[in-house]
Amino acid sequence: MRIANVLQLGIKELRGLLRDPMLLLLIVYAFTLSVYTASRAMPETLSRAAIAIVDEDRSPVSGRIALAFYPPYFVVPRLITMAEMDSRMDAGLDTFALDIPPNFQRDLLAGRAPSIQLNVDATRMTQAFSGAGHIQSIVSAEITEFLRRSGAATATPVDLVLRARFNPQLDKAWFGSIHNVISSITMLSIVLTGAALIREREHGTIDHLLVMPVSPVEIMLSKIWSMGLVVLLASAVSIYLVVRGLLAVPIEGSVPLFLAGTALQLFATTCIGIFLATAAGSMPQFGLLMILVLLPLQVLSGGMTPRESMPEAIQAIMLLAPNTHFVILAQAILFRGAGLDVVWPQFLALLGIGAALFLFSLGRFRRFLK
Amino acid sequence: MARDHDRNAGAVTTAPDAGPVARLSGVALSYGATRALDGVTLDIPAGRMVGLIGPDGVGKSSLLALVSGAQAIRGGRVEVLGGDMADAAHRRLSCPRIAYMPQGLGKNLYPTLSVFENVDFFGRLFGQGQEERGRRIADLLRGTGLSAFADRPAGKLSGGMKQKLGLCCALIHDPDLLILDEPTTGVDPLSRRQFWQLIDRIRQSRPGMSVIVATAYMEEAAGFDWLVAMDSGRVLATGTPAELLARTGAPTLDAAFIALLPEQRRQGHSALVIPPRPAGAEEAVAIEAEGLSMRFGGFTAVDDVSFRIARGEIFGFLGSNGCGKTTTMKMLTGLLAPSEGRARLFGQEVDPNDMEVRRRVGYMSQAFSLYSELTVRQNLDLHARLFRMEAARIPARIAEMARRFDLTEDLDSLPDALPLGLRQRLSLAVAMIHAPELLILDEPTSGVDPLARDAFWRILGELSRQDGVTIFVSTHFMNEAELCDRISLMHAGRVLVSDTPAGIRQRRGAASLEEAFIGYLEEASGQEAPPEPAAAAQPAAPPAQRAFSPQRMMAYARREALELRRDPIRAALAMLGSVLLMLVIGYGINLDVENLTYAVLDRDDTTVSRDYALQISGSRYFSERPPVTDYADLDRRMRNGELSLVVEIPPGFGRDVARGRQVQIGAWIDGAMPSRAETVRGYVQGMHAAWLTQKAREVLGTAAASFQIETRYRYNPDIQSLVAMVPAVMPLLLMMIPAMLAVLSVVREKELGSIINFYTTPVTRLEFLLGKQAPYILLALLNFLMLTGFALFVFRVPMSGSFWALSAAALLYVVCSTAMGLLISSFMRSQIAAIFGTALITLIPAVQYSGMTDPVSSLEGAGAVIGSVYPTTHFITIARGTFSKALGFAELGDAFLALALAIPVLLGLAVVLLRKQAP
Repeated sequence: MRIANVLQLGIKELRGLLRDPMLLLLIVYAFTLSVYTASRAMPETLSRAAIAIVDEDRSPVSGRIALAFYPPYFVVPRLITMAEMDSRMDAGLDTFALDIPPNFQRDLLAGRAPSIQLNVDATRMTQAFSGAGHIQSIVSAEITEFLRRSGAATATPVDLVLRARFNPQLDKAWFGSIHNVISSITMLSIVLTGAALIREREHGTIDHLLVMPVSPVEIMLSKIWSMGLVVLLASAVSIYLVVRGLLAVPIEGSVPLFLAGTALQLFATTCIGIFLATAAGSMPQFGLLMILVLLPLQVLSGGMTPRESMPEAIQAIMLLAPNTHFVILAQAILFRGAGLDVVWPQFLALLGIGAALFLFSLGRFRRFLK
Repeated sequence: MARDHDRNAGAVTTAPDAGPVARLSGVALSYGATRALDGVTLDIPAGRMVGLIGPDGVGKSSLLALVSGAQAIRGGRVEVLGGDMADAAHRRLSCPRIAYMPQGLGKNLYPTLSVFENVDFFGRLFGQGQEERGRRIADLLRGTGLSAFADRPAGKLSGGMKQKLGLCCALIHDPDLLILDEPTTGVDPLSRRQFWQLIDRIRQSRPGMSVIVATAYMEEAAGFDWLVAMDSGRVLATGTPAELLARTGAPTLDAAFIALLPEQRRQGHSALVIPPRPAGAEEAVAIEAEGLSMRFGGFTAVDDVSFRIARGEIFGFLGSNGCGKTTTMKMLTGLLAPSEGRARLFGQEVDPNDMEVRRRVGYMSQAFSLYSELTVRQNLDLHARLFRMEAARIPARIAEMARRFDLTEDLDSLPDALPLGLRQRLSLAVAMIHAPELLILDEPTSGVDPLARDAFWRILGELSRQDGVTIFVSTHFMNEAELCDRISLMHAGRVLVSDTPAGIRQRRGAASLEEAFIGYLEEASGQEAPPEPAAAAQPAAPPAQRAFSPQRMMAYARREALELRRDPIRAALAMLGSVLLMLVIGYGINLDVENLTYAVLDRDDTTVSRDYALQISGSRYFSERPPVTDYADLDRRMRNGELSLVVEIPPGFGRDVARGRQVQIGAWIDGAMPSRAETVRGYVQGMHAAWLTQKAREVLGTAAASFQIETRYRYNPDIQSLVAMVPAVMPLLLMMIPAMLAVLSVVREKELGSIINFYTTPVTRLEFLLGKQAPYILLALLNFLMLTGFALFVFRVPMSGSFWALSAAALLYVVCSTAMGLLISSFMRSQIAAIFGTALITLIPAVQYSGMTDPVSSLEGAGAVIGSVYPTTHFITIARGTFSKALGFAELGDAFLALALAIPVLLGLAVVLLRKQAP
């Protein structure tokens, strides 16, 4: 293998990229505007959750409860009737409906332990689960406070003080922005290397390379470094300018360390791109294969929903995907300020996955060229 | 000349003057800095066979593209068939009367479609009925001798057959004006002769037809009625061949053309002679082939071929298109491993991995295979470096090659902006940049003009005679074959004869090499009967120009569907892949957060504090880790992500609770992932409240005021992930996969060249787009049914609402998603950008802005705006409504309306952004 060939072929790739202004524009968009918009769109914690109240009691305590829900966490609750509740929830207008039964206050004070019913639209996923807990504690607090004032009973005076570390306001934009940078990194690196390889074959240029003193390893490495470099630069710009600059996300850890991790991630994902190109016969097939790989990488890597809650089989399978380790690494470095002493297992895992993918893809690539 | 015999019959076809068929005035065209046409003013007579002659890159192709309407006019005025070609209405009316066959072997054909299907597609585009089409196709295929190959995919045809097929496609609608751009470039002599016989027969049956041909073969041009000689974007002279000869006093058209050129272009031109090889020259063998055979499946491409080529020899390889020349050459370069036999270069067996041998060989493949994204200079530079030339020597070498191949002015142009002939010269320059000892050249001069060809052979002569370079070259030009030391004639995979050119002529007793060659070929192919003349074409029914023709739309729909069917892997990937994804994502995404890791920092360690901690460990949501010992431990274990929650119970907790004193319990939550943190917070608060209630009851007895909050999860009472996720994952898949299927349909035609058919046929933009969309809608609907089937019967997701409502919505939705693909496709130029663009505009909005996890109502900023109009939002509402909420059409009216409105918007945008001419 000759480094000079790898360098020259890589420069060729970069020059080719410069000739496609539309693609350059898309790259810029993916790492700036798209990250910005997606992060800004992320609702703040529990944001403007749609709640309605069926107040069949119309007592001071039920009035208190109704007043406890206000923006920005909730919309101002709508007071509706029992009959309206079903149709409104069916239409998806309300995510939560609180039903306070008749004589609730009387029963409460009489110690008859009445029940308030909280209806949750379970199809609303995130909001359903976190919102339900939130509403329960608000209602409990209001009733407890009411009881304390009315002197009916004194509940045990134990307060729960909650502190969120690393992101005290639980601002979703913080993590959302990083998650979006990660998705752009994965998407772009796979597309650039894979599609560039297929294009070479469709245009017959790969045949030409093979009669020159150039080996498959050199061709493959040149694509990896050049496309990897483009994506790495784009991610650095995105982290510094968009995430830290425009979105003002406080980054606790070392960005260079994160970028080092990104380089490893790129090593792995560019190899995936090459593998997909060798598996696909044509550009249309490549497009589909890419979606089949990209979607699980994106959705199941732990960036969208916590890994712990996935079925164990899926957790185990996803350990083989570079993104899983990259998401862990990104969270740890950027938000928890972790250093290499903490994230070295992820670096090692990425290196291992990258190396395995590289060897595997190289084998496929050699056969692809035959 | 072979053509002269045929012209006798053709002469009668020259129609009386009927005014010009095309009239150009002051026409100019530039590509970037390159000026292709420079103020051309020209009247092209009607009813004649008009030839455009001139070297490469003088603007012949640009002129033809303008006349055909494929290229948008940027300067000057072009009138064709009595109307202005800048006027879209006139173009629409006249394009059914024009046929255009672009340069390049089969560039406007569809390689996966069969011969019949290709012609059939064009017939449909021009609105011909089934009976008419059948008759015309049969006539054309019989006339061109393609009948036997009607079922062969166009991509598997030889070059000459591709050109004949291109002609069939062009002639299917009886054009009044036939435009052929270098139709015989790269075609073997026999096929070339047949091609012109065919054109003559067609002209006999349609005397009024005007034909404009660009050609690099002067001997062909000599048989035309009227010629236009061009140079540097300008017209040098016009007139009949006889007039041109008379004006210049030259004996041949070649000489006449050279005489017409300005002084400085003519300089240094003299007849080409390559001196004979010195007797007793070195007899070391450079190339040796022994019984080479190559089989592809049951087809034998090369059959037991043997030859030896001495060092410094020029060895010519001739043969009909598709006879195995290219395959043989590829085996010699190591690109293909032979099925049988051996090949040796410089005495060593060909080893694909031997870098040293590669450095000694220069190879030029038949199709242009350099980087179109690099300039001429960059291409040369890259190859020089890859061949390990010293960096310091490279600039001089590039300058030398550019001078030798007359590329100096184009060093900074992109290959795509150059005409075929110049691109061929660039390929040659690249093959020779590293001064190899052996050159393997596969039809290096196809499409190169006579002057440049002479110059090129002069170089080959020098290389062979002075530097002892061995040259193995294939060609269709007989005057080139004459220059070789020895030639081999190949046919159907076998070498027919191998000898010096003079030896071959003598053996055959033929006057010229071409005669000998055709004689051998006709003998080998069993003296095929001359094809019957095409039946006299009946005048086509005047095609009604309707604003929207379902027939033309269906022509594209059929073609797209055929291509899809030829690629079953794609359809299978779409179907099976989506089911797999639905399963994986449906199981994988679980918003009901479980198994959260937590630990307790218990500074009290009493029964009360342990009771509190027990409350958490009993929860199904949490899994306990070893207790935290101190703050340092807490910090470390939260930082590395081991713990999501730490509960700190203060010292004296039990005592204070008993005394009713105010106490605080601390809970640290890992906020790095906010949605998880929020859920944790909710759980902790809920548990705390429950513990308090329980305590109160213990302390105060049953009399204590207490209450309960009963949480009912509606629509998915068991909070099953799959039940909740399937209605959200299905819209995601039905957005991404159909969009990705459709996106390449247009941009791929742009990249591979067949988009020209859209430019030059009467199909409108809307017909084109709808036609392309239809098969993908159908495939996506099948996909929907399959996903629903799996959801209902395999994953057992209950459906409570209306299946028909869901299906109707799915139809609207996949129309939207395929339209998104087409929209991107309509303005992108490269497939890579189109794929990336599609992934960007489908994945992010569908996952993040469409209510899959966060409800649209809670989004903010631009995301909220996108979310409210994005089709996925509305289809998720409908899918959840019909699967989980027992809803039907009536309740979901708004979502249906939103989906229906998105369709005209998306398609309208695509129509606006798509161009009907080359920009």
